[in-house]
Amino acid sequence: MTTSAEIAQNPLLAPFLPPPASDEECLRFYRDMVRTRTYDRQMIVLQRQGKIGFTIPCEGEEACHIGAASTFRPEIDWLFPSYRQQGMALHLGVPVEDLVHQMFNNEKDAGSRGRQMPVHFSFVKPARWVSISSPLGTQIPHAVGCARAMQMKGEKGAALVCFGDGSTSTSGFHSGLTFAGVWKAPVVFLCDNNGWAISVPTHKQTASASFAVKGRAYGVPGVVVDGNDVLAVRDAVGAALERARQGGGPTLIEAVTYRIGGHSSSDDPRRYRPEGEVLQWQQRDPLARFETLLGERGLLNSSMKKDLEDRARDEVLAAVDAAAPLPPPPLDSIFEDVLAQQTPRLVRQRAELRSELERHGRSTSADGAFPL
Amino acid sequence: MPKLTIIAAVNNAIATAMRNDPRVVVFGEDVGKKGGVFGATDKIQAEFGEARCFDTPLSEDGIVGTAIGMALNGLRPIAEIQFQDFIYPAFDQIVSELAKMRYRSGGQYACPVVVRTPYGGGIRGGLYHSQSAEAYFTHTPGLVTVIPSTPYDTKGLLLSALQGEDPVIFFEPKRIYRDPALAEEVPEGMYTVPIGKARLAREGSHISVFCYGAMVPVCLQAAEQAEAKGISLEVLDLRTLCPLDEAAVLASVRKTGRAIVVHEAPKFCGYGAEISALIAEEAVDSLEAPIVRVAGFDTPFPNALENYYMPDARRVMDAVDRVMSF
Ligand SMILES: Cc1ncc(C[n+]2csc(CCOP(=O)(O)OP(=O)(O)O)c2C)c(N)n1
Ligand SMILES: [Mg+2]
Repeated sequence: MTTSAEIAQNPLLAPFLPPPASDEECLRFYRDMVRTRTYDRQMIVLQRQGKIGFTIPCEGEEACHIGAASTFRPEIDWLFPSYRQQGMALHLGVPVEDLVHQMFNNEKDAGSRGRQMPVHFSFVKPARWVSISSPLGTQIPHAVGCARAMQMKGEKGAALVCFGDGSTSTSGFHSGLTFAGVWKAPVVFLCDNNGWAISVPTHKQTASASFAVKGRAYGVPGVVVDGNDVLAVRDAVGAALERARQGGGPTLIEAVTYRIGGHSSSDDPRRYRPEGEVLQWQQRDPLARFETLLGERGLLNSSMKKDLEDRARDEVLAAVDAAAPLPPPPLDSIFEDVLAQQTPRLVRQRAELRSELERHGRSTSADGAFPL
Repeated sequence: MPKLTIIAAVNNAIATAMRNDPRVVVFGEDVGKKGGVFGATDKIQAEFGEARCFDTPLSEDGIVGTAIGMALNGLRPIAEIQFQDFIYPAFDQIVSELAKMRYRSGGQYACPVVVRTPYGGGIRGGLYHSQSAEAYFTHTPGLVTVIPSTPYDTKGLLLSALQGEDPVIFFEPKRIYRDPALAEEVPEGMYTVPIGKARLAREGSHISVFCYGAMVPVCLQAAEQAEAKGISLEVLDLRTLCPLDEAAVLASVRKTGRAIVVHEAPKFCGYGAEISALIAEEAVDSLEAPIVRVAGFDTPFPNALENYYMPDARRVMDAVDRVMSF
């Protein structure tokens, strides 16, 4: 797997490498990896307690998120995430509370107004984080089109699009890379290869030797990077983004990592994968590895670690306390944002619902539990 | 006879078909070891092997496109689309290929593919795990569209689909997949329920209620409530949306003189529009009140407020009051 040192040797990326991360930056990366893990685990707890309906854990993949987000420039770049990049949001400065409001689908869920399942975030600030869609791979051509618009408008930014190994089988991946290659669009394709697409392992997803190599046929250079090494991801994504910004065209990056948890809170991975595989990857835990490095550099000791963990926990629990009691968005929100102007038909349907509730009171409660 | 839920009936139908017909194969995302995200193919791979029950790469157009090729060459593929909401990448294969192969080849080629997919809301799935898009498919000539509502019908209709010569889009009401109240005795071996025939779920005299899938139990619940008020609802479970059992629809409405159509898909251009138009064209003389549709709002499917979106028995009862007070 490609490490920082090897990326520095890569003739394509070497000219665009970010300067080495300062001690202060490294500590910030570590802090946000801790915050991500704390947040992530707490969401599982809330789901198990029945307080939220669903979550998608990202444990084991934090280095991909923090490494990639660290070189993203919110003033000029655009982000097209998938549903497993919570860490990117935290590192880009999205308050934990805003994530938690969406997880609760409450009245402060500004980026979906209670319409999307948990984890389907959308933000305009502090970064252009385009609304996440469940249908896989759909965001890939969006990023390419956005990048093309930047080219046409003479903007200096790049688009970063995230997706999983499974999503490389969608037509969105194929058309996105085809177009990006032809247009030399300023876009970086970041594929988190976490070994699994729900229960389907990568060798059943593709017969290709890697996902990165798929770029070659589209005229998009591909790079494999160790996705559990935060600094290696930073170097690879940072250089690819800078190459794109400077007119060098698109890059496909495959970050090799592992999904430690289930696909989602509804999935039991013991049904389809060997426990030994998980244990093996836990040996390569991105947080533990970075701790070792920081320790060796004299930047982190156990009391600092504990302090960071405590603060992350307090931060998440405070956010949960703030979000949990809030009601869902108002009923009228069902009928809003369908088209720019609300149609008379929807105004009528809204009135019908209001009068129904005046007559009957609250609606019966949902009975189903999300199975996936 | 064992008592089965709807999901168990799907599983049982697949196993029964595979035991009886070596041409039947089942595939899709996560159908193998995991047995499907809803368990529809639970233990199927263990019994029939990876050659007949397998995971595919993550591509719905690939799933349906290859199913078409298999059917052309004599297999009986069951293509699982994990959620109906994810069928759209395969829309081209379904609408342009699957639906038109027989017609465009002058009957030389046919594609007896069964596309199975869970549909509908009520599971806290938001915009992309709750859709009820049957009307896109019923609008396409060349497809059979089936939506069962009981375990017995689920198995019988799925086995019928696998014995027929036509492509079938088989929507499964996931909200009531595991509803224990609906579990019923289902014969162990082969049997079929005819495609193209509605089922009289409850006989009545005042209003005909036309419904399918997850809305059938809702309408039956409303029928109970109506009876307490002295109003008798006849509930017709359409089961096959296309080809529609027009005779059953018209016979019922000619008997009762009143019609309500219920579905959870948006009302505008929803399947209820076709039923309403059929009645208006063929049986307007027997109507004693306007036809009323109870349907989802004309918005995407919400999440936090899905209870307010989904038609329930009370909303059906509001329609009953409207129709009876006309
Ligand atoms: C078009 C489409 N088909 C199926 C699904 C159901 N589904 C959700 S996630 C998933 C697996 C995705 O795997 P991958 O792309 O590797 O991302 P990961 O979940 O591993 O991060 C599937 C099949 C979907 N969301 N969209
Ligand atoms: Mg994956």
